[in-house]
This record gives sequence, C-alpha cells and structure tokens, in this order.
Amino acid sequence: MADVQNTERDSVFAKALKEGIISGAIALGLFCLIVGFRTEQNIRNELILTQRWGLLAIFVLVAAVGRFLVTYTAPMRAERKKLHKVAEAREPSAFRKSFPKIGLGLLFLYPALVVLILSAYQGSMMGGLQASLKYVDNFGIQILIYVMLAWGLNIVVGLAGLLDLGYVAFYAVGAYSYALLSAHFGLSFWLLLPMAGIFAATWGIILGFPVLRLRGDYLAIVTLAFGEIIRLVLINWTAVTKGTFGISGIAKATLFGIPFTPGPTGFAAMFGLPNSGVYYKIFLYYLILCLALLTAWVTIRLRRMPVGRAWEALREDEIACRSLGINTTTTKLTAFATGAMFGGFAGSFFAARQGFVSPESFVFLESAIILAMVVLGGMGSLVGIAIAAAVMIGGTELLRELEFLKLIFGPDFTPELYRMLLFGLAMIVVMVWKPRGFAGSREPSAFLHERKMISGEFTKEGHG
Amino acid sequence: MEYFIQQSINGLTLGSIYGLIAIGYTMVYGIIGMINFAHGDIFMLGAFMAMIVFLALTTFIGGVPVVLALLLMMLVAMLLTGLWSWTIERLAYRPLRGSFRLAPLITAIGMSIALSNFVQVTQGPRNKPIPPLVNGGITIYGTNITIAYKQMVIIIVTAILLAAFWYLVNKTTLGRAQRSCEQDRKMAALLGIDVDKTISMTFVMGAMLAAVAGTLYLMFYGVISFTDGFVPGVKAFTAAVLGGIGSLPGAVVGGLLIGLIEALWSAYFSIDYKDVAAFSILAIVLIFLPSGILGRPEVEKV
Repeated sequence: MADVQNTERDSVFAKALKEGIISGAIALGLFCLIVGFRTEQNIRNELILTQRWGLLAIFVLVAAVGRFLVTYTAPMRAERKKLHKVAEAREPSAFRKSFPKIGLGLLFLYPALVVLILSAYQGSMMGGLQASLKYVDNFGIQILIYVMLAWGLNIVVGLAGLLDLGYVAFYAVGAYSYALLSAHFGLSFWLLLPMAGIFAATWGIILGFPVLRLRGDYLAIVTLAFGEIIRLVLINWTAVTKGTFGISGIAKATLFGIPFTPGPTGFAAMFGLPNSGVYYKIFLYYLILCLALLTAWVTIRLRRMPVGRAWEALREDEIACRSLGINTTTTKLTAFATGAMFGGFAGSFFAARQGFVSPESFVFLESAIILAMVVLGGMGSLVGIAIAAAVMIGGTELLRELEFLKLIFGPDFTPELYRMLLFGLAMIVVMVWKPRGFAGSREPSAFLHERKMISGEFTKEGHG
Repeated sequence: MEYFIQQSINGLTLGSIYGLIAIGYTMVYGIIGMINFAHGDIFMLGAFMAMIVFLALTTFIGGVPVVLALLLMMLVAMLLTGLWSWTIERLAYRPLRGSFRLAPLITAIGMSIALSNFVQVTQGPRNKPIPPLVNGGITIYGTNITIAYKQMVIIIVTAILLAAFWYLVNKTTLGRAQRSCEQDRKMAALLGIDVDKTISMTFVMGAMLAAVAGTLYLMFYGVISFTDGFVPGVKAFTAAVLGGIGSLPGAVVGGLLIGLIEALWSAYFSIDYKDVAAFSILAIVLIFLPSGILGRPEVEKV
C-alpha cells in the first residue's frame, strides 16, 4: 500500500518537474527579449540596450517553480476539495441576506465616520481633517462615480444584453454639456443636471437607432467606433471644446442655490460654520450617493415594469422575444437611452466635481473598466457590481497610497506604474476563476408561484 | 491625378499592414466567435521584439546587411510573438471556452490592458525611435509619383505572406482542420480533429502575421511606443468587419480599403478627422451591409 503511494508520489513529482521545466523554458522564450533587455534613449536620443539577465532569471524561476508547485499539489488539492464539497450547500447567512441594507447604512455614514476617526489622529501621518478629506474624495466620490456608471451600463449590458463598448461617450456628452452650457450661459448645476441627462439620452437614441439591426459583436464594435468618434471630435473641434487642453474653471455645484464659497452668501456663513473646504466635499459625496441610488432605484423599479421585463426577454432570446410581440426596436432604444441618461448624469457630476474636463478622461479604457465592473460584478446584480467597482477603483487608488512599498523595492519604485498592469491581470484572473462574476446569478424577475432554477442550457446570455 | 495615385499608393501600404493584422482578428473570430481584443497589443509586442532584435544586432554584431536584419527581425518577432499568443490563449482564453459569451471578451480586454502596461513597465513609457532602415525610392518615369523602397518592401512582404498563408489554409492538413473547426467545432472533434490544438495554432498564426505587420510598421514609421497597439488594432478590426468577419480575403480587402480611405481622406479633407472617417465608414457599411463586403450573411437559427 505504502509502495503504491510512493510510486504515485514519484510519478506526480516527475510530472511536476517536467511541467515546471517546460514552463520555465516557455517563460524564457516569452521574456528573453522584452525583459532581458531594456531600451533607453541616451543623450543623443539614440536607443541603447541595457541587459537585465538577473530580472529575466527571476521571471523564469517564478514561472518554473510556480508551475511545479501547482502541478505537484494538484492531487492533494483535489482530495481536499472533495471533502469540502459535502460541507457546503447551506443557507445564506443573515449577514449576506441583509448585506444591501448594511452596506447602504455604511455608505451614508462613511464621510462622518472617516472624518471622525481620522480627525482623532490629529498630527499623525494618516490623520488630520485634510487627510480624511482625501479618503472621502479619492475613495468615496471616485468609487461612487464608477458605481453609478457601472449601474447605468448595467441597464444596457446586464438587463438588455446589448454589448456596449462605447459607454464612456455618453459620460463625455454629459460632462461637456455641463461644462459648455455653464461656461457660455451661466446655467446652474441643478438645471444642467437633467439637461445633461436628456442630451446624453438623445445621443443614445441617435447612436442607437442605426445600430439596432446589428447583433452581438457587430453592435459592440460599432458602439466602440462611436465612442472613439465622439472622443476624436472632442479633440479636434477646438473652436468649441478647446481640444486636448480641455475646459477648465467649470462652475461648482451649489446646494440649491447656496454656493460653497467663503463669502458672506456662502454655505459656511449661512449656517454660521467656520470656513472650510470640507462641506463641499461632503456635499459632493452625498450628491453622487443620491445620484447612484437613483440609478439603482430606477433599475429596480424598471425591472418590474413591462419595459424592464422586455429588456430581460430580449437578453435571453431576441427571436423568441420578437415572436411574442415585443417591439424590439423600442425596447433596445429605451435601454440605450436610459443607460445613456445615467451616463450623462454622472458626466455632469464629474465636470462639476473636477472643475475641468478634457478628452483624456473619456478614452476607451474607461469604457472597458466600466464594462469590466459590470461583468466581474455579475451582470444584473446591483450589489455585485457595486462591490466590483469598489474593489477595482478602491484597489487601484490604494496602490497610490502604498508608500511602504518604497522601503521594500527601493526609492525608485513607483506603484502607480504597476496600477494598470495589476488591473489588467486582475481582470483576467477573476474572469478565469469566476466567469459569472462575484455575484453572478440571473434570477428570473417574473415567475409562477415560486422561483425555480433554470439550467444554463436554456439561456443565451448576452446574445444581443 | 498624380496626387491621387500617390496617395493611393500610400494608402495601399498602410492598408497592407492593417490587412495583416486583420487576418488575426478574422481567423480567431471565425473559429471561436470571439473578438480577440488583445490582438492589437500583440501587434505592438511584435514591433517591440523587432526593435529589440534590431538593436541587439547593431550593438553586438555591428553592421548587418539590411535585408538580413529585416529577415531576422521578422523571424524572431514571429517566433516569440507566436509563443506569446499561444501562452495567452492557453492561460486566459482556453479556460473560458464554453463559458458565456462576454467572458472571453473581458479577459481579452484585460489582457490588452495588461500587455500594453507590461511593455510600459519593462521598456519605459517613451517613444522608441530607430534609425531608418530602408532609404530612398524610385520615381515613375515622366511623373512625380514616387514609391519609397520601404513601401515596396511592405507590399512585397505582404503579398508573399498572403500567398504562403493562402497555401497554408487551403492546401495543408492544418488549414483543412481549421476550416472544419470554423464550420462546426463539435463535428470536427467527432471526426478526430484536435480542436484545442487547431485553435491554438490559429492564435499562433494570427500573432505571427501581426508580428510581421509590427516589424513593417516599425520599419515604415521608425518609431514605436507601448500605446501603439490600440489604434491600429481597432482599425484592423474595423477592416475585418468591413470585409466580412470570418472571411480571410475579406480581411485583406477590408484592410486595403481602410488604408485607402484613411490616406485619401487625409489628402483631400482633413487629417485630423481621418480616424473619424474610418469609423464612420465602418458604421455605415455595417448598417447597410451587416455581413461585410465578402462575408456570408448570418443565418438565424431558432
């Protein structure tokens, strides 16, 4: 018996060794040029090569040893998994059930908590009011903008199943309509917010109309093309948009007419508070929180309305949907317009918060990031999407803060450089590991008597 | 007229590069129905490989004849980029085969972000200029039309590669396996074709053509940067869709058309809006001719 186990062990070891060596060889081939050499300009602007064989060796070793360990431990992990499987399948805990409520409460308390906790550490590196503002601004507001965008795109991709790779165009339309209209006509934020939404929705319909006949990937590529066209027009139409310089000095948002300025009519003076920039940040936080929640609320309500049902039917099967008498044209157009409208809201908020817009903010990468949030979070699941947005944006923002890494890797180490690399790798890893996203369930919103599990074979997800 | 012909030649040169990249998109799409978003970055990676090979040749060996240098650049870039593509397919796309349709698209977008940033991290964010490899050109007798030698190199290399590629797809066992997988993957597997291997080879072949395109791009423009994958990638995909995605001659025709449109638009209208023109034409073609120029119309099965 022991002998059998030993030979098994040996064969596993031999196999792992072989795979490790092969992986090492492949890694050597992959990285020999791109990592082994570095090209740099010298003073005369000529390229020179520097050799980095040490780094290459590390890459190859990591690949070889990693592969060896994975293969070697594979049988053991399979064994353990078998044992675990029995223990699973239990009711979701109370925490999980009420997670949306707890999360919502936390979101409302977040700025107060951050300010309270970090102000207590007055004087330390992390503490102080200014430092706590950074957490409200960089983490809170930034994440919530993306949550809102992702929820808006969720209507198009998650509910209606139309793959839109140019969502950022509507974001840009919203941002530029706020920037231009407030600069030229001096209109207020509260007037321009709905207008930006309407403009974006109109663009959604204009862009949506010609592409309605297209399906699936063709639709994706045309929306990508539209996104790029809008960005290129923003860059090149310099008379209006000032091109790559962007528009700066955009008016701030006001609390229903009360500006956040230090003067006597400002917010601080009005309420007899000491002057500070804190209020505006906190106001912005609650503003975007409300906008995001509005998106969520509209999504949830729409799902129960005929149009939302029609979107979901469209996502599952377009042909069946059409044969049941649903007008696919208006269904698709409403999905496009509704998604675009929320993109426009988020865009005008972005412009008001930033005070500056330029085409740089509306590149394809942004669309890809937003789409990744929707898919990684689990299409259609609002909580999952919010978590994905928080993890992805919060994680990359956190990377900026990791000063201690400089102590490990030396003072030249800049974590920002690795931000997007890690971001891309994370997208791949999460997708391979959980292809349905973190919270990927597509519960039917309409059902007879009780919810039943539907086999995946009966549905064609994302077939648009 | 001379101006028109001159611009058309420039357009055809550019179009050949787009065509070579577009083949990679169209083959992968034809066989597994997935937009390989990272293909543009594979092209960029190929150009970087070629650049490093060129620098290594000049640093370690000194003067190498241009023809030999170009050949070596292409060969090494083809081999290594093929290996990259094989690895990417193996790690990022194969585990998701049979998953829902958006999943591989997301990993491909992630791979595209990761690849371009990997190159940025390892090679630095600046543009990489190399000295011109091929100089001079010929003027056609009695006219002002000049054809630069590097344009001739691009067109000739593309023609040779396309011929070799046509042979590979139409006359060899691998090509037959590919075509059968394209028609019906399940049936091909039942008939004893190693589908996984065929798909891997498709990725490798697409990447090799993209690497050649990268080398030619580097030779033509003399500069490459880590962001250079995206725009040619999107345009090549546009070319593939324009020609009818899944159709190999379509990819080449689409590439040439996109190149021509771009060059002529820049010549007669505005150079700033050349990309807008290319994308608008894509949208218009798709709306009126949804299956592209040479594509088969999609049959709806219920």
